Order: sequence, then structure tokens, then C-alpha cells
Amino acid sequence: MKYVDEFRDPEKARALSAEIRALIKTMPQARTRPLQIMEVCGGHTHTIFRYGIQQLLPEEVEFVHGPGCPVCVLPMGRVDDCVALAQRPEVIFTTFGDAMRVPGSKLSLLRAKAEGADVRMVYSPLDALKLAQANPSREVIFFGLGFETTMPSTAMTILQAQAMGLKNFSLFCNHITIIPTIKAILDSPDLHLDGFLGPGHVSMVIGTRPYQFIARDYGKPIVAAGFEPLDILQSVWMVLKQIAEGRAEVENQYGRVVPENGNAAALAAVQEVFELREFFEWRGLGSIDHSGVRVRAKYAAFDAEHKFPVPNLKIADPKSCQCGEVLKGVIKPQQCKVFGSACTPETPLGSLMVSSEGACAAHYNYGRVDTGFKRGGDEAARKVAA
Amino acid sequence: MSTHPSGTVLPLSALVGKRRRLQDSRINMAHGSGGKAMRDLIQDVFVEAFDNPALNALEDQAVFSLASLATHGDRLAFTTDTYVVDPLFFPGGDIGTLAVAGTVNDLAMSGAKPLYLSCGMVLEEGLEVELLRRVVASMKRVADEAGVTIVTGDTKVVERGSADKLFINTAGVGIVPRGVEISASRAQVGDVVIVNGYLGDHGTAILIARNLLALSSDIASDCQPLASLIAAMLQACPDIHCLRDATRGGVATVLNEFAQSSNVAIRLREAALPLREEVKGACEILGLDPLYMANEGKLVAVVPRDAAAAVLAAMRAHPAGVDAAIIGEVGERPAGIVVLQTAFGGERIVDMLVGEQLPRIC
Repeated sequence: MKYVDEFRDPEKARALSAEIRALIKTMPQARTRPLQIMEVCGGHTHTIFRYGIQQLLPEEVEFVHGPGCPVCVLPMGRVDDCVALAQRPEVIFTTFGDAMRVPGSKLSLLRAKAEGADVRMVYSPLDALKLAQANPSREVIFFGLGFETTMPSTAMTILQAQAMGLKNFSLFCNHITIIPTIKAILDSPDLHLDGFLGPGHVSMVIGTRPYQFIARDYGKPIVAAGFEPLDILQSVWMVLKQIAEGRAEVENQYGRVVPENGNAAALAAVQEVFELREFFEWRGLGSIDHSGVRVRAKYAAFDAEHKFPVPNLKIADPKSCQCGEVLKGVIKPQQCKVFGSACTPETPLGSLMVSSEGACAAHYNYGRVDTGFKRGGDEAARKVAA
Repeated sequence: MSTHPSGTVLPLSALVGKRRRLQDSRINMAHGSGGKAMRDLIQDVFVEAFDNPALNALEDQAVFSLASLATHGDRLAFTTDTYVVDPLFFPGGDIGTLAVAGTVNDLAMSGAKPLYLSCGMVLEEGLEVELLRRVVASMKRVADEAGVTIVTGDTKVVERGSADKLFINTAGVGIVPRGVEISASRAQVGDVVIVNGYLGDHGTAILIARNLLALSSDIASDCQPLASLIAAMLQACPDIHCLRDATRGGVATVLNEFAQSSNVAIRLREAALPLREEVKGACEILGLDPLYMANEGKLVAVVPRDAAAAVLAAMRAHPAGVDAAIIGEVGERPAGIVVLQTAFGGERIVDMLVGEQLPRIC
């Protein structure tokens, strides 16, 4: 595929892998324990597993899968709120596909749909807007979630709904913001991280400047990274290079998409429509100050939380779940007590098992056994015929 | 005995078999009532199109001689499948082509020669008769292509809203030739994995036909009967170990079934997978994996390594196998697991899907 295959070139991957191995040999930092690099974004987690990138790295380098899967960090109580809204007879509840399976305390949206709620999967908030136009006698609610990546399109949709004078469209806003969360992780006492891969799509919107405190105040390197496998390998090399040279800076590997100052138009739309909440509850991480946004009062007519009663009950995470420790990189997914036993993609207990971007689901689907393929028998010596 | 107005005697069969043109343009509840309206529907739409002695007799069942069945082999293969697809018509096929090709393929995957099909229809009140005729014509065309006869059927009409336009069930029987032993549990260490062409075309065509993505492409469903391709493969190698069509759940699901049933490891090479640019592109945009995309005219075969070249040549000489390719091999460990060697140089597990593939948020 043109413009994509270039970033998946195995020759270049081997070369980069060799560079990283050579570099790590020169680094005294890697001799006592593996260096831990957190990829903040779930999209990166997906790429790492999908392309088997960990196997291309020396064992002195470990990925810690961060909190950047918006579906995964959604608390149960908010899913219950979604279900309550969706069960209102006048409501058509619209959502991105991978949020359908996230378990609430009783139901997921998928199960609520089976029980009669009108839940529909959309590919964009604009699809929800079209549904509202086509169904004037129904109330269409869009389940807005995601970081700064998806926030601008939701904001633009609300601005468009207002321009169109739509009365039957609203947003159930669960957008979250990445910076306070990275800060909360950095402040965690049980942390051993050595550097970060910065979220590429978020950076496309907010630019790279908001990450400066990570380098300045916490002395950790961060590299805004793209989503193709070569992007990840190059970014890992850049982080290691900084550590090797004793630097802690904000660098941008994803320059083809990420401008230093972000996207002004997107930021303006977000600023116009949303304001910070005092705090927002994260699954596995607890409440984090100023980590979520809500719809501003001037757009209250498009705010589902304003328009409809929302139960807004806090539901504690299941006790056996160790999603928080996995998210902070304190334990690996397979070290969780319920990984692969009580908690599997079929019956996810923890949110990290739900989306394919969740660290646990990715481990379960792609990496739970040593893939080391053995031909066996008399075939061992033969070459693959293919 | 009736008498013709002119006075000459008309054979009884001419009256009984007389085909009345169906008057209605839409299906209504009367067409499922068992009365005249239903008889007209059956005569004018189904018997008219499928036209064969067993069906034309309009008995409650089709009857075949065991002796003639036995000329094809020594075991009977029997299968059933129900077809519900939205939209009913899509590039490369429709629910009728699916209903015949799908059941023919399920029979053929045992090595059987498919012979007879039944056709059960659930019609939603209000369905356009013209649309039904188009579907039935497709069924007839694919049945002829596959060399099968639709010999018995059933029609039900349900109230508007109780079904989505049209559901079809087809069951089929075929005969397995002596000596052919195809089973998901027969994959052996050293075998190779072959597919008969591009993967994921059907799933992608349906996604695009639903028009939810505002994508356009000329990708068409690969819907086709595979019985004659399989006959050619069996001629090249009667000892094919495993064979399955990669419908819902795609190639990944079939290979997981083989790996688990046979307790072997299967390794795929990503670089060897035949994938069209359009399919790769649509999957890339949606975050879907083409290995799980549905096919309706693709099979996955596991064959002994020694026979691989002959089977591949036989496939490529057949219109349904021109783009056939070896995509992987069978090994010992990790048992029960399918591993993909990525084009990038890494390896990962290709597991069974838990539910539907859902597009990713960002």
C-alpha cells in the first residue's frame, strides 16, 4: 500500500534494530535493570503487538503500556450512565464501535442493545448528527470519548448542530485530557519509567510544547511518535539516545504530522465548546484533577448531562482487578492475579481487557505464549517451501 | 377429465401444470397462507425458475434413487445454512448467489460432489416480487454453474417488521468419493497451507455497500461455488488433509480451528497473503484485520508438502484459483496456536475473534 508500506520496511527495521542493540551496549544505565519506556497511547500499544516490535528490541528495553486507551480508562459508573441514557425510549444512543463491549456494573451497551435499547454504532459524530436530522421525533445522543485526538471533531459537531438549529442532538461528554494523567503517573511513588513515547495523534492537536514539564521538571525524555512500526523503532532509538547522552528533552519523531504548536483551528473549537472539569474518574487510576472536560454552559442545549437525568453513580473497580498497577507499569499484564483466568476478552473484568488497544487484551491476543514456532519432526531441517 | 371448448380432450397435466402469472407486485400475508396466492407464487417464481422434474412434481419431498447416488462415492454429505445479509444486493452478488454458493461450498469442503439443494424462504410482508425474482434467478444461475439442482422448498411470509425483507435457508446433499478423508483434525507437521486467491473481498464489499463509510471502490464480493475447483485439487492430490471455506471470521478463524483440532501450530507469512490494495486500505482506515474479514469464494487447504506444487498448479489452472498461493506451514509448537510472521520481521499470535470485529476509535 503506497505511503504506508514505506513505514513497514523490514530492511530498515533490521537496520534500526541493530542500531538500538549497538547503542544499548554502550549504556551503563541498562546493565542493572531493563530500561522502561512508556508508550502513552493505545494506538502505539496496538502497533507494538501487531508487528511484534518487542521481539526486535534487546531485552534491556521494555515497553510499559500507558493509559492512552480511552475505552479502557472509562469507569464503570460512566458506562452505567450510558446504558441509562440509551434505555430512555426517546433516545437513539450513538457510539464508536469499540465502546460497545465495555462492561458496566450490570450491562454493556451491546447487552443493553440486545435488551431493547436503541444503540447504534457510528464512525464519526457527524453520522450521529445525520441521524438526528433524519429522526426529528427522537433524541440522538452521541457518546463522546477519547483524548484531544477526538475532541476537536466532537466540538465541531456541536458547533455544526448549533448552526443547523438542531434541537434533538446532544453529547454525553466523556472526553479526557492527557497531560494531567501523565503528571499523575509521574507523581506516583512506585514508578520506574525512564522515558516516554508521546501520543502522536494527541500531539497533532496540542503540539509538543505541553510536554515540556516532563523533560524539565521530571528529567524524563519524551519523543512524540508516529504509529507505523518504523516510527516506533525510531522513537525508541531517540529516547535511548537521550538517556545515553544524559539529555531529557521533548523531541518530535512524527514531524510529518505533528507541528510544534499543534492545530490552531482544532484547539480553538475545543476551547470554544469545552471547559475543564474539576476532576474526572479514571478506571484503574482513580480521580485525577482537571483530567476531563465538559460542555460549556453556553452549549448546554447540546449537553446530554444537562438535558437528561444521569445517575452519575461511582462504581468501585472489581477488587481483584489490577488495571491501575498495569497502567502505571508497576506490574505486567500477565502478572495480574486474574489475567487470562477470570479476566479474558470474552469476559473482561478490567477495562484493559476490553479494547484491542488495551494492554491486557493486546497481551492476551498477541503475546500470551512464546510464539517461537517449531517445525518439529523431520521437517526441522527443511526450508519453508513457500 | 375436462373438455376443451373446441371439443378436443386436453391432457390433465396441461391444466394442473398451467402457470398462472402472479398478479401482485408485493408479497402479502396471503402468499404464505397455503391457498391459491401461495400456489401462484410458488409456480410463477420458484418452479418457473428452478424448473426440474423433482421440484415440478410439487410433492412434499424430493425422492432419489440410492443406486444413482452411489455412483458418485460411498458416503453422503449433508449440510444446512441460513442466509441473512444487508444489503440484499451488493457488488459481485446477492443473497441468492450466497445461498447457493455457500451451501455448495460447505458440501464441497468434505470433497463431496454437491448434488441437490433445498430452498426455504422467509419473506417479509411488503417485499417486492420483482426483487424476489432477481434473487431466485441468481440462485438458478449459480446452481447451474455448480451443477446442483434445487429440488424442494418451502415459503413462509411474516408480518412487516418480523423479518428483514428476505431470509433464505438452503440445505444440501452431496456424495463423498471413496478414499477422500478431509477433516480439520488431519493437519500434520510439515504440511503447507494454501488459499485459492485474494482474501477479504466479500467482507470489504459488504462494508462499502452499506455505505456507512462514504468510501467508494469497485471491489466486488468473491462469492462463487468452489466444487469444481476442489474436484481439480483432489485429482492432483486425493489426500488433501484439511479444507474449509473461510466465510465469517475469515482465514484466521479457519486456521485456528485446524490448529486446535489437529493440535499443531500453524505459521502464516504476512508477506505471502494475497490481499488487494482496496481491502488493505479499507482495513487500515477502520482498524480491522483482513485475516478476519469474510470471504464467500475462498478456501483454505492444508496439504502434504510433497503434493503442494501439484495442488497449487491445479488450482492456478482453474478460474476460481488463478491467484492461489501458499501462505504458511504446519509445525509442532506452539500447539493449537496460529502464529503470523509479520512482514516487518516480528511474530504475533492470530487468535479467534471474541465477538464481531469492531472498528477502533482512533
